[in-house]
Amino acid sequence: MVALSGNLLFIAFLLYLVGTAFFAGSIKDKKAREKDHGPNKWAKIGVAFAIAGFICQLGYFITRWVAAGHAPVSNLFEFTTFFGMCLVGAFIVIYFVYKLPALGLFTLPVALLLIGYAAMFPRDITPLVPSLQSNWLHIHVTTAALGQAILAISFVAGLIYLIKAVDHTKKTKEAIWLEVVLFGVVCTLGFIIISSVFGATGYKSEFHWIDNNNVEETLEYHLPALVGPHEGEHLTPDKFSPLVETPGIINAQKLNTVLWSLFTGTIIYLLFRLIARKRITLALQPLTKRVNLDLVDEVGYRSVLIGFPVFTLGALIFAMIWAQIAWSRFWGWDPKEVWALITWLFYAAYLHLRLSKGWHGKKSAWLGVIGFIIIMFNLIVVNLVIAGLHSYAGS
Amino acid sequence: MMKQVKCECGHVNPHGTVLCESCGRVLVEEEKSKKLVDMRYEGSARRSQTYNKTIIDKIWNFFSSVKVGVTLIIITLAASAIGTIFPQEMYIPPTENASVYYEDQYGFAGEVYYTLGFHNLYSSWWYLLLIASIGVSLVICSLDRVVPLYRALKKQRVDRHEGFLRRQRLYSATTLASIEEDSFEKIKEKLKEKRYNIREENGSILAEKNRFSRWGPYINHIGLIIFLIGGMLRFVPGMYVDELLWIREGETVVIPETKGEYYLENHEFILETYEKDKESEAFTTAIENNGTVAKNFQTNVSLYKESGETIAGQDPELEKVEDYELRVNEPLKFEQFALYQQSYKLGELSEMSFALTNKETNEEFGQMTIDLHNPQDEYTFENGYSVELMSYFPDFEFDENSEPVTKSRVPNNPAFIFKMFSPEHPDGEVSFVAIQQTIEPYGDNDLKMAFKGVDTQNVSALTVRKDLTLPILAIGGLIFMIGVVQGAYWNHRRIWIRRLGDQVLVAGHTNKNWHGLKREITHVFDGSGIQEPIDQSDETTNKKGKEE
Repeated sequence: MVALSGNLLFIAFLLYLVGTAFFAGSIKDKKAREKDHGPNKWAKIGVAFAIAGFICQLGYFITRWVAAGHAPVSNLFEFTTFFGMCLVGAFIVIYFVYKLPALGLFTLPVALLLIGYAAMFPRDITPLVPSLQSNWLHIHVTTAALGQAILAISFVAGLIYLIKAVDHTKKTKEAIWLEVVLFGVVCTLGFIIISSVFGATGYKSEFHWIDNNNVEETLEYHLPALVGPHEGEHLTPDKFSPLVETPGIINAQKLNTVLWSLFTGTIIYLLFRLIARKRITLALQPLTKRVNLDLVDEVGYRSVLIGFPVFTLGALIFAMIWAQIAWSRFWGWDPKEVWALITWLFYAAYLHLRLSKGWHGKKSAWLGVIGFIIIMFNLIVVNLVIAGLHSYAGS
Repeated sequence: MMKQVKCECGHVNPHGTVLCESCGRVLVEEEKSKKLVDMRYEGSARRSQTYNKTIIDKIWNFFSSVKVGVTLIIITLAASAIGTIFPQEMYIPPTENASVYYEDQYGFAGEVYYTLGFHNLYSSWWYLLLIASIGVSLVICSLDRVVPLYRALKKQRVDRHEGFLRRQRLYSATTLASIEEDSFEKIKEKLKEKRYNIREENGSILAEKNRFSRWGPYINHIGLIIFLIGGMLRFVPGMYVDELLWIREGETVVIPETKGEYYLENHEFILETYEKDKESEAFTTAIENNGTVAKNFQTNVSLYKESGETIAGQDPELEKVEDYELRVNEPLKFEQFALYQQSYKLGELSEMSFALTNKETNEEFGQMTIDLHNPQDEYTFENGYSVELMSYFPDFEFDENSEPVTKSRVPNNPAFIFKMFSPEHPDGEVSFVAIQQTIEPYGDNDLKMAFKGVDTQNVSALTVRKDLTLPILAIGGLIFMIGVVQGAYWNHRRIWIRRLGDQVLVAGHTNKNWHGLKREITHVFDGSGIQEPIDQSDETTNKKGKEE
């Protein structure tokens, strides 16, 4: 069952990949461009692949649930893959409302990156610690993930809007920032590639060091150590020795991973620039040529409208109910809780700015992009760096 | 009341109205030059846009501004984020002193963090002030808009003024001659199909649906205000209890804050971990990789209620209410209280045994067991031997004057001063006994207290909680959800069809989701001979786009 589950996820990943290619084809298709009405054959095949992938991933989810006896949303790997699945699900629904192939072309890669990123973390089925043994695990986590995924559609819509609407031939602030956002996406890809490469070779180096509380700790690196722990003792001298030592308050191993991701991301980015001879945004712009800006703007806005109540219910209300049952208080200013509140406040501000201040178009698209950055911050940084009570999500 | 504005159509509008509530005619000169009317609040007279004289007006206008509201939200958001940079004081180890801890752990940044009070950010006066301001803003913003909006939507008539229709985003004009007579009936049919409510007057049609979605924002604001009030009520005495109850195995104690009415007995604390062989195969690798994973924290308890009057000095009469297995996620509830499995301590010392022994011959004259929570003053043996417990230090250490003191009442490191009586020493010999050390302050003794063993027990920490604000918070949350769904998942749409002279004017408005409205309009006017209204904002937005 566990093996079947893993295979289904892998198949889903491949299907999304093929689906992306078809969506790209649908936009390149010249005949369709002449007709310029409704999705063409390529787009229909693309969405068929997305649906097939979604069904496979649903199969992964169900079989893993059966194998574990609890919904597979209890650690970082499980949550992030589920988030990716919800994103595809939200896309499929919105696709049938608005028939926008470009949305598929940009959503599926985001889902692919999410699933790829998730796979870099321990994939074992873990038994539940006492605080997680509750039906609210299923209710709270799935609803929160679904809400975030619907909100994430506004990021994809915002991205499409900005890629099309911003003049990327000039060095405006807007153009540069958008390129920075895409560079961040490339670095995620870099993280996945470099972790996979060294993961496949089984690279491992170990350090002993004394942490801030004078406790001796062992750090295990799976990437060559560019930075080592404070006054660390290298236990595997045949492996790459660190160039720099970090101060005691910094987790050297995590910083090392970040550096490697940036490094690999930069290499990929430079290679791209070398081959394409233009910025990523400029290279992507032709793909958005046929997009109706007004429509994309509305898709972004609608996904916030639909996602906001779902997010409120899952990430705040259900969260509070469960926190009251498990931890005896519905709110405790745990970092994860605070960042859920920040996300909520942010999208509340989005809605008010849009409704009352008339922030449409580019401004609204930027807000969609920033909102997703906040969601990702809560998923990645808060889990891995800030930790807190939700720290089981970090492994 | 200030002067009212009487429209040409005869309707009397409140001072400050931009578009006549009834016919929609533009009442303000500068608005007449605009191509499209601002429909956000139906051009109604909002207090904040009308009065700005007294101090109350100024405060009202300040808080009624969405700009101010959003600014408050953004500041709160940023402040909340700052509070997560380092852990809040409640999450640092309880034994640590905050004034040292932050600098110790995080260096200079930690020191700054502590000095600025960010270690208790969420209970700081300025953070609470921010939340309160948002609350005030919610109330004033809502009142400023909802009352005039309600009036305007209530008073709107079917045949609206031509200038109003012409300045709608979706608009078209068709010559009457080109329209077949039965077209209007067909259109009405299709509108009904799309669930529009239809009103007709003088041959004009107003099709409207989902007006209730306009009230969504105000309803969700009411929910939020109730929620915030619920949050404030926590500080009212009697509404909220948060106590930690440490209870040993075998112990029966009064539950704090129950006015001595309820008692709890701890039968046993159970800690279970996942074991590879006993669990499903799916978990095997995870258990191997992670080592020990906790499976269950459980305290088996009995809850008692005091029955009848207690006479001072006597043990209370207890009546069992129920036996309960208290686990994480399964609190024990009684009346307004709930008990939660919060923490535990394994193997706390409970008893220590000694034997009164002759140092030379190792002959034992008797054994005694000291209950570390409730030691006796004297332990008597046969043949004239006895031991007096002169002093007891449950959590012993030497203070700066090298005097023995106790840090707490928890027997973490018990120490005793014994006086040992024997027929040879009727005045007694004094001995100081702690773990792994014995001191004989008055010279060499003949007798010693030989250590025989310890008994340990587990201690459970249970949170005692009463929170009478929960129902209010639940109602607030529910109202918020209803309001936010109502506002987000439905759209208020109107289509006006007016016969004016030899023309038919058609206009459409929706508060959001214009593509949906356009699609419906296409369907409704398809094949009717009436020109489909076109989006007049397309041109303007394109121009704006270029300006930007």
